[in-house]
Amino acid sequence: MTVTHLPAPDDTAAPPPPDSGRSGPRWRPYAVPVLVLVVLALLPYSALEIPVLFDGRLNSPGSLQLIALCLVFAGLALGYDLMFGRTGLLSFGHSLYIAGGAYGTQLAMTELGLGLLPAALLTLVLGTLAAVVLGAISLRTLALGGIGFAMVTLAFAQAGAIWIERNPGGLTGGEEGLPLHTAGVPEAFVGVANTVNVYWLALAYLTAVAAVVWSATARPVGKVWQALRDNEQRIAVLGRDPFRHKLGAFVLASALALLGGIVHLLVTAGATPHSSTPEFTLTLLVMVVLGGAGTRWGPVVGGVLFTYLDQRLASWGIGSEPMLILGTLFVLAVYVAPGGLTSIRLHRARRSAARADSRKQEHR
Amino acid sequence: MDTLVLLTLTGLGLGALYFLIASGLALIFGLMDVLNFAHGAFLTVSAYAAWQVLDSVGGMPGLLLALLVGTSTGLLLAVVVEFALIRRLYGRPRDQILVTVGLSLAIPALVQSAWSADARSFPVPDALDGTVTLAGAQVPVNRLVLIAGAVLVLVGVQLFLTRTRYGLIVRAGVEDRAMVTALGVDVTRAFTLVFALGGALAGLAGVLGGLYFGSVSPHQGTSLLIFAFVVVIIGGLHSMPGVALSALTVGLTQQYANYYLGGYGDLAVVVLLALVVLARPTGSGTSPVDRIRRRLESPRAAPVESVLPTGGTP
Repeated sequence: MTVTHLPAPDDTAAPPPPDSGRSGPRWRPYAVPVLVLVVLALLPYSALEIPVLFDGRLNSPGSLQLIALCLVFAGLALGYDLMFGRTGLLSFGHSLYIAGGAYGTQLAMTELGLGLLPAALLTLVLGTLAAVVLGAISLRTLALGGIGFAMVTLAFAQAGAIWIERNPGGLTGGEEGLPLHTAGVPEAFVGVANTVNVYWLALAYLTAVAAVVWSATARPVGKVWQALRDNEQRIAVLGRDPFRHKLGAFVLASALALLGGIVHLLVTAGATPHSSTPEFTLTLLVMVVLGGAGTRWGPVVGGVLFTYLDQRLASWGIGSEPMLILGTLFVLAVYVAPGGLTSIRLHRARRSAARADSRKQEHR
Repeated sequence: MDTLVLLTLTGLGLGALYFLIASGLALIFGLMDVLNFAHGAFLTVSAYAAWQVLDSVGGMPGLLLALLVGTSTGLLLAVVVEFALIRRLYGRPRDQILVTVGLSLAIPALVQSAWSADARSFPVPDALDGTVTLAGAQVPVNRLVLIAGAVLVLVGVQLFLTRTRYGLIVRAGVEDRAMVTALGVDVTRAFTLVFALGGALAGLAGVLGGLYFGSVSPHQGTSLLIFAFVVVIIGGLHSMPGVALSALTVGLTQQYANYYLGGYGDLAVVVLLALVVLARPTGSGTSPVDRIRRRLESPRAAPVESVLPTGGTP
């Protein structure tokens, strides 16, 4: 299953910007993503033991489950960054679509008796339609200066969270959430013994999101998004419709979130009401900013790091409230690394590159 | 009839609570462009401080002391946050918002680790625990306390904004911050002032919220904050009466819908928000209330406004 996804980054990953001035072989920009993908895909074949970082061997179900969760959140963060970092839309309602994907698929399986694939497809189609309508309503409030959009999306997400918590007609399970309806799911994704398949599914999700986001941002539409973030008026003057492009980014990001919700349902073997709360969106925002908004690897790094710490901090005995430590870390990061963790590395690389350039000129 | 009276007064009480939170939010956002996500956390911490006081003192003196402690806790917390965190990020409104987001995650977690995740019952003094008969309805006294508190705050804030020099600077800063700075006024002091005022109001709302709900829990402030956001959106940022009117509308809608539509008051509020957003002509940054008032004041101003090029949204 991973093999089919391997060529994806080759076809669609963003080509290097032509003005970067670096002249390397053409395969150079694809080397890192492919390498990362291959390593992650082969990870379940490794029985390495890493004492503090993971409890068991790397390919034990517990470790694989943890890494799979990290990968799902990396994908979710990357999709969220399509709106936040690339287009400059601050949405607080992303959780609505993640929970929509999870609960929608689950309910389509239990209530309509569909299999996993038709249920997921139905959820994806209906959810995307909902995203078009709600996105159009939310974007009308941008006149308030971006904050209106943030608050209206927040309100919609809150409505979804309330609806799920109220447990209407016993559908959503209220505070307890819903356990995965295993009868509708192919056996390959059920049970501890099949954790490795779920892991590969999570990896496939991250790969798909990366392919979509990276290729979309490299295309003309991505340039328009970036320009909208930087100077919306200019885009309007140049004859592009800002509203349509923003709605496009919103709907694409929401579709990726729906897909992520479906994968999250399978990875955690259930739908939790927490995934519908605005706080869930805030954690995505924290991941993106922590790693570096609008960058290629930032949201991925932030998503993996945040999820890993969230899951592991308690087991190291550092505080029973991971959110206390993560929230504090995040506040510090805003001061220490305003461009995110990946930007620290970039700065250093750029500085050393500049130094090398100047040295070269001296030699001449 | 008596049900309607009860619902109305309870809705007004809820609206009063929303107003106390939203007024601070609107002032801070209007002046500093900071959407303060930590506002709910201020409320939660103040509510717990008040609960501690009430738990040890009790009775009416305890409540008065709790009001004092709660309000000053909110004020102190806001001033500390402004001085230590927000102040360093001038000119970076997005980072300021992110810092408050971080606080809104960390502070409830801190409260939760200190006092556990369970809701604590708020010891309401006996004098406020009962009901009074108003127009045939048994109305809980604490609703009336909330309404009275909010009216006092509205009058007080309005007097502060319109009658004092600092109020003038705040109002001018909300209108056009760059111009006020250019005129040589130190706006940063107004920032601290507004943050402190907002924090104090959130603290007061925390104590009164404890009275209203009869309990405090670590995430109470965060869930109230979302409704305060809705209030701010509907009411706009530029006038306290606008925020008050919007808070009342939201509170009443929620209570009526909760009773007549079978517990879906929260959803009704969101629908109300969507309707207001849709009914509001795009391109204007003000609330419908503001627009109506402006039309009433100068009928000719309206068409000019619609001709002006706007932010680009169609």
